[in-house]
Amino acid sequence: MKYLHLIWAALWRRKTRTILTLVSILAAFLLFGMLDGVRTSFANAGKSAAGAERLQTGSKLSFIETLPQSLQARMEQVPGVKMVAYANWFGGAYQDPHNQIFTFAVSDNYVDMYPEVAVSPAERKAFEQTRTGVLVGDLLAKKYHWKVGDKLPLQSNIFPNRDGSKNWSFDIVGVIHASKPDDKQMLQGGILMHWKYFDESNPYNRGRVGWYVTRVNDASQSDRVANAIDALSANSDHETRTMTEQAAMAQWIKQMADVGFIVVSIMGAVFFTLLLLTGNTMAQAVRERTSELAVLKTIGFSSVSVLGLVLAESVALVLLGGVLGLGLAAVLGPLLSAGTGGMVSMPPVPASSWAIGVALMLAIGLLVGLLPAMRAMRLNIVDALAGR
Amino acid sequence: MGNLIETRDLAKVYTRGKQKVEVLHHIDLDIAEGDFLALMGPSGSGKTTLLNLIGGLDTPSAGIISVGGQRIDQLGAGALAKWRAANVGFVFQFYNLMPMLSAQRNVELPLLLTRLSSAERRQRASIALQLVGLADRASHKPTELSGGQQQRVAIARAIVSDPTLLVCDEPTGDLDRQSAEDVLGLLRTLNREHGKTIVMVTHDPKAAEYANHTLHLDKGTLVEQAIA
Repeated sequence: MKYLHLIWAALWRRKTRTILTLVSILAAFLLFGMLDGVRTSFANAGKSAAGAERLQTGSKLSFIETLPQSLQARMEQVPGVKMVAYANWFGGAYQDPHNQIFTFAVSDNYVDMYPEVAVSPAERKAFEQTRTGVLVGDLLAKKYHWKVGDKLPLQSNIFPNRDGSKNWSFDIVGVIHASKPDDKQMLQGGILMHWKYFDESNPYNRGRVGWYVTRVNDASQSDRVANAIDALSANSDHETRTMTEQAAMAQWIKQMADVGFIVVSIMGAVFFTLLLLTGNTMAQAVRERTSELAVLKTIGFSSVSVLGLVLAESVALVLLGGVLGLGLAAVLGPLLSAGTGGMVSMPPVPASSWAIGVALMLAIGLLVGLLPAMRAMRLNIVDALAGR
Repeated sequence: MGNLIETRDLAKVYTRGKQKVEVLHHIDLDIAEGDFLALMGPSGSGKTTLLNLIGGLDTPSAGIISVGGQRIDQLGAGALAKWRAANVGFVFQFYNLMPMLSAQRNVELPLLLTRLSSAERRQRASIALQLVGLADRASHKPTELSGGQQQRVAIARAIVSDPTLLVCDEPTGDLDRQSAEDVLGLLRTLNREHGKTIVMVTHDPKAAEYANHTLHLDKGTLVEQAIA
């Protein structure tokens, strides 16, 4: 601790250079904090306790292939199955084709599968009684100022309705909230419509569903139940693949993009650049201070002490910028989420990201400081004082 | 008073590429404790090399150096660093202060290597600054001080850990006449009133007049010993 002022003073010897380097480190760790938060949030998708009790069944061939609705009754007979619901992708756009909203055509019991979300009993009843009724997520309702009773025009990017147009009109009959006030659920940003209305109104996929969601009695029996469900359609023209919600989510995300790989690739490039930049700064800083380091050695600082001082300076530089960057990410993430009404979900920087981040800061600090520190350690006092 | 410094058959050879340059040859030298010695000679005569060897900044190629009864030619780099911290104060021509630290913090530097508390370090540095007449400039950074003041801060740094020996390499080489006289007067006070043994390299005969003795070096050999 008694050397702290020495390290701090050395760090600010060239204020402009240090500030520019700090800004680069801050930007790198801000990006890391936000991207790693997204990666963690994707990796944890479907890992909830309720998610462990749910299975998803889709076509074995492709997720765009549909399955017969008649399968529901047979699936309900499988031992260990508590309830079966189904859904179809609708793909609604509101006002602008680019303004896509997760919209599913679902069976009447679909909401029962998700205890994480809640709809008031009156609104639930209204949904059951209104053919064109939809339940909208509260985050969406807040964003677009929708309220119960409003007409909701949506454009499907795939399915035409009975008159051949892709413009559909719905009635908002209820709002989907998270069961726990501080929780965030995907359905809060989505719309649920009646599968029956969808099935009757569009000329395609009559009597067919996109996927089934099954609730099991015992999560530890999930594998057995999944195999039994898939056995129902074995050797048919609609063979199925059943997996846990977590596995299905992971596969779905992977079909869109390998988020982990993308994050690691981007951060790899960013940190590599940071290594070069900070390494150059440290090398310059030590080169400029050759005579000062020689004076430290002259008055009795050992070579190892000088090595330690330069390494500490390098680690302090990266830690300072890194902690500021991650701190900013921790503040900006929730602000961004709140600012978009939850539509852009930037989770707060989780503890695991902080741990990885601090480990990275230490590693980068040591790595970029190592060469200049070795140079300082090996400094020959006589040569350095003579300017050689 | 006995000898503080003794060198016997001291030699230093530098290797520059494939060339070997013998800078000092067979130096036998005794410096009494409490002495103030000036080393003079033309450029390249080996004055600074001899000073560096006496101060433990460099190691001899051959021969013996004993300071206060300790054979410093036999010490390894780590032990030599510890020895310097405890026994020697250094004053350089260009002051070599840390530009980002205040005068007070510069003077405290050698005390960081001791077990003294922060308050004790501060107190000792203040006393050293008072001794060199710069107590009122303690919070000033080197760039806010004149050359003479910077050299006095460097002297305060050299004496703050109360070393027996002060080695000064051209301490007035970068100063105007008045500042040089102030600095040399200060060194004489440290020698006469505080008993510091001082070895000073200088080109300036006027500076050498402040010393008790002057030794001349030429081509790596002692050529003359004069009593001032």
